[in-house]
Amino acid sequence: MENLNLILPEIFISLSIMFLLILGVFKNDSSKITFNLSLFAILITTIITFNETFSVTRETLFNESVVIDSMSSLMKIITLIGGFLVLVISSTYLKTFKIYNIEYPVLILSSILGMMVMISSNDLIVFYMGLELQSLALYVLATYNRDQLKSSEAGLKYFVLSALSSGLLLYGCSLVYGFSGSTNFDIISNQLNSEEYVLTFGIVFILVGLAFKISAVPFHMWAPDVYEGSPTTVTLFFTIVPKVAALTVFIRFLYVPFLNLIDQWQMIIVFLSIASMIFGAVAAIGQTNIKRLIAYSSIGHIGYTLAGLATASNEGIQSSIIYISIYVVMNLALFSCLLMLRRKDQYYENIDDLSGLSKNHPLLSLCLLLILFSLAGIPPLAGFFAKFYVFKAVLEQSMYFLAIVGLLSTVVAAFYYLRIIKIMYFDKEKDKYDTDHSLWLKFSLTVSTILILLYFIFPSQLVEVVSRINII
Amino acid sequence: MNFPILSSLILLPTIGALFLFFIKEKEGNNTTIKYVALFTTVVNFLISIYLWIAFDQSTSSFQFIEDRIWIKGFINYKVGVDGISILFIILTTFITPLCIISVNNSVKNKLRDFLIAILIMESFMIGVFSALDLVVFYLFFEAGLIPMFLIIGIWGGARRVYSAFKFFLYTLLGSVLMLVAIISIYWITGTTDVVQLYEIGIDVKYQNLLWLAFFSSFAVKTPMWPVHTWLPDAHVEAPTAGSVLLAAILLKMAGYGFIRFSLGLFPVASDVFTPLIYTLSVIAIIFTSLIALMQEDMKKLIAYSSVAHMGFVTLGIFTLQQQGIEGSIIQMISHGLVSAALFLTVGVVYDRMHSRLISTYGGLVSVIPKYSILFMLFALASLGLPGTSGFIGEFLILMGAFKDNFLVAVIASIGVILGAAYMLWLYKRVVFGKLLNEDLKKILDLNRSEYFILSCLAAPILFFGFYPDPLINTIEVSVTDLINMHNTNIVSK
Repeated sequence: MENLNLILPEIFISLSIMFLLILGVFKNDSSKITFNLSLFAILITTIITFNETFSVTRETLFNESVVIDSMSSLMKIITLIGGFLVLVISSTYLKTFKIYNIEYPVLILSSILGMMVMISSNDLIVFYMGLELQSLALYVLATYNRDQLKSSEAGLKYFVLSALSSGLLLYGCSLVYGFSGSTNFDIISNQLNSEEYVLTFGIVFILVGLAFKISAVPFHMWAPDVYEGSPTTVTLFFTIVPKVAALTVFIRFLYVPFLNLIDQWQMIIVFLSIASMIFGAVAAIGQTNIKRLIAYSSIGHIGYTLAGLATASNEGIQSSIIYISIYVVMNLALFSCLLMLRRKDQYYENIDDLSGLSKNHPLLSLCLLLILFSLAGIPPLAGFFAKFYVFKAVLEQSMYFLAIVGLLSTVVAAFYYLRIIKIMYFDKEKDKYDTDHSLWLKFSLTVSTILILLYFIFPSQLVEVVSRINII
Repeated sequence: MNFPILSSLILLPTIGALFLFFIKEKEGNNTTIKYVALFTTVVNFLISIYLWIAFDQSTSSFQFIEDRIWIKGFINYKVGVDGISILFIILTTFITPLCIISVNNSVKNKLRDFLIAILIMESFMIGVFSALDLVVFYLFFEAGLIPMFLIIGIWGGARRVYSAFKFFLYTLLGSVLMLVAIISIYWITGTTDVVQLYEIGIDVKYQNLLWLAFFSSFAVKTPMWPVHTWLPDAHVEAPTAGSVLLAAILLKMAGYGFIRFSLGLFPVASDVFTPLIYTLSVIAIIFTSLIALMQEDMKKLIAYSSVAHMGFVTLGIFTLQQQGIEGSIIQMISHGLVSAALFLTVGVVYDRMHSRLISTYGGLVSVIPKYSILFMLFALASLGLPGTSGFIGEFLILMGAFKDNFLVAVIASIGVILGAAYMLWLYKRVVFGKLLNEDLKKILDLNRSEYFILSCLAAPILFFGFYPDPLINTIEVSVTDLINMHNTNIVSK
């Protein structure tokens, strides 16, 4: 008998989704209660995940198609916490646009479910199922503000391009299946060898599909448009939660089925990483919309996480996971600031709207200042340590070129972060923004800023948690 | 375990800044805010004086060491001082309170935030000079960019944005290569602890590249020709207190880094690259002195003179002679005092006339005599007149240089003459001559706090000029040891 406790989180969250849908049918005006219940559901799922799976080293279920190990449990917890915070700070924004409906939490829950399946997958089919579940929910979320042209455009673009990438992914999967005769990652890993040149096509197709999901250059084209068009809270969701899940799958693919083919994929990852770091830094300079800028900056950050993956070492994987965790916190803080730029039921998202923010809102701009310096990777803030661990791992493998290009692109990236700081601190002030923010928004901003600021005092804890992850 | 005196030196200003953060900012609170900041820094100064008294001058090993686990199995938070670093710490704690007194009129808005930035800056600077772990050093070294960027950008002059960006990006660009080198050192030797690295040494085949990576950072920060161009911009646009911190302390981080890391960790590479440093230093001395001659802006002139003086410092360090290195350290301390004083004297007239152009002034001696006397003292100290601390430094450096390379020493000596030329010419144009500008007749002589600050700076300049023994005694053993270590390394190669 399988130990179903291990997938209790997934079971619980799917039951909650169904329950919430039924509740929505039978109860009028149920949006508030759905929101609260779904928050509650995520919270309980987090606790279950923590209790049932956190101490598990490695267990497999259902003919080894689902794997529960230290990486999957940690990444699920990050996903859940990210999802919880996104949901909790969304309500004011959604109410403003009159889209405070039950579908929103349900869609978020189902995409989280999809991601959890993805994270745990040890089989091509399970992986693809999870991927599609999360993607379908995300397409709808992108168009969620359906009265706005940009939102619909974002959803459509995302749908078309994402479907294309899923197609590539499937094609890659079928090639790999053809050469190995199995969909199970472990079996594939044993069957594959680098003699087969056509197999390289399979790997490339899969990597392209995955690179698309995490928006690594040159498969990033969708990100700026989708990020700009989607409702801000959905953009926040896009920038953190699916990235965590997709990164986990990336790690899983590279280091389980393709472990013996390092020579084939290492250069590809190095290229993706370098291209993303440079492009993310350079393209962000000219942006005027904060959400577009964040899109490019997140492309750059994905470049750094990929740099960790390219090392083909446990140290590198761990550093990538540390990077993405710190990145989640920084992005959460950044978006909390963005959601505070509200004046008379209108949200502002141009960089110029930040002009002179420090005069009217000294605390908010101080938080934003710390967040931006942290994103730029200036010590002693958390963002520096994230980069530090990655480059430590990269240099361990003597990949000097990657490290130097990466660090030089941080200098370029520092320029556009500084530009925002300049606008906030050195320019003339504009009208005041509203200050009656929801408690949760203030809470998420305060906590994440404090985490960023004081991370340097206790840097060991995160490293310790992550150091349990040994894939290779 | 002893009282963690160095950590308290590092933390105290930050705690003071935290206090300031919770004081409400309004007109009536400005005096309170200033007193809190002043009190913190003065206490810090007294602690550092205690540190100097308790410091054992007879040994070159590190003292007041604190060693705590920071990132498990990787980095320890390790601080400590030896004869070389202690003087820089005292310089920092000495200059900062003077900066805070000087912010009387120059900073109109957001006084509280300005003082918070200065206090945090002080924490970072003390951290740089006391860190005994490469990563900890890097952390403090880079972290200083944030407050300085804000000081220049928020409270600076007309072209402040350009200057702040230039300052930030130049320094960051230099430093990232140092980070690569630091991590590489970790993978080569298995530690980033400076004391251990001194003992085990770094394999010769890696030294050249690592040396260059460190050099890229320190050269920008020093600043050495040709990457000095950020300095005049930053100095000119920064508010007076910011310029003082920049010139007096920030530039010294690089000189200190050269001694502590480039010489200490990479002795063989230092030998290899001495010609490079000589060339760049000599160019800096001659070239920037000539540029200084042509400046019309007083602050810019002093900024270029800083580049020239730092050229002497790098020259002295890489002579690898006892006199050269001691001279460099004394020159750095002296330049810290003198350049701070010069920026403050410029600040004094700038506050009154709102012009930094030399042509605005002339004939000041008949209106503000006290000011003119002190200005003269600082100008003379800057050009290295015997009897001032500037002389001791330059003299020792040139002595060291003559021992090592005659030609370089001769060219550098020409730089001394040029230094005298631009400084005296500046003084002549500002203080002597006819009083043509009508507005100048109305300006007042030094007020009490300005008088106090400038005398505070004048006293050690004169004292160490006549009696440099306290400085030399403090650094002597450490420098001797450093050179011995260097020589044994060269021989064993």
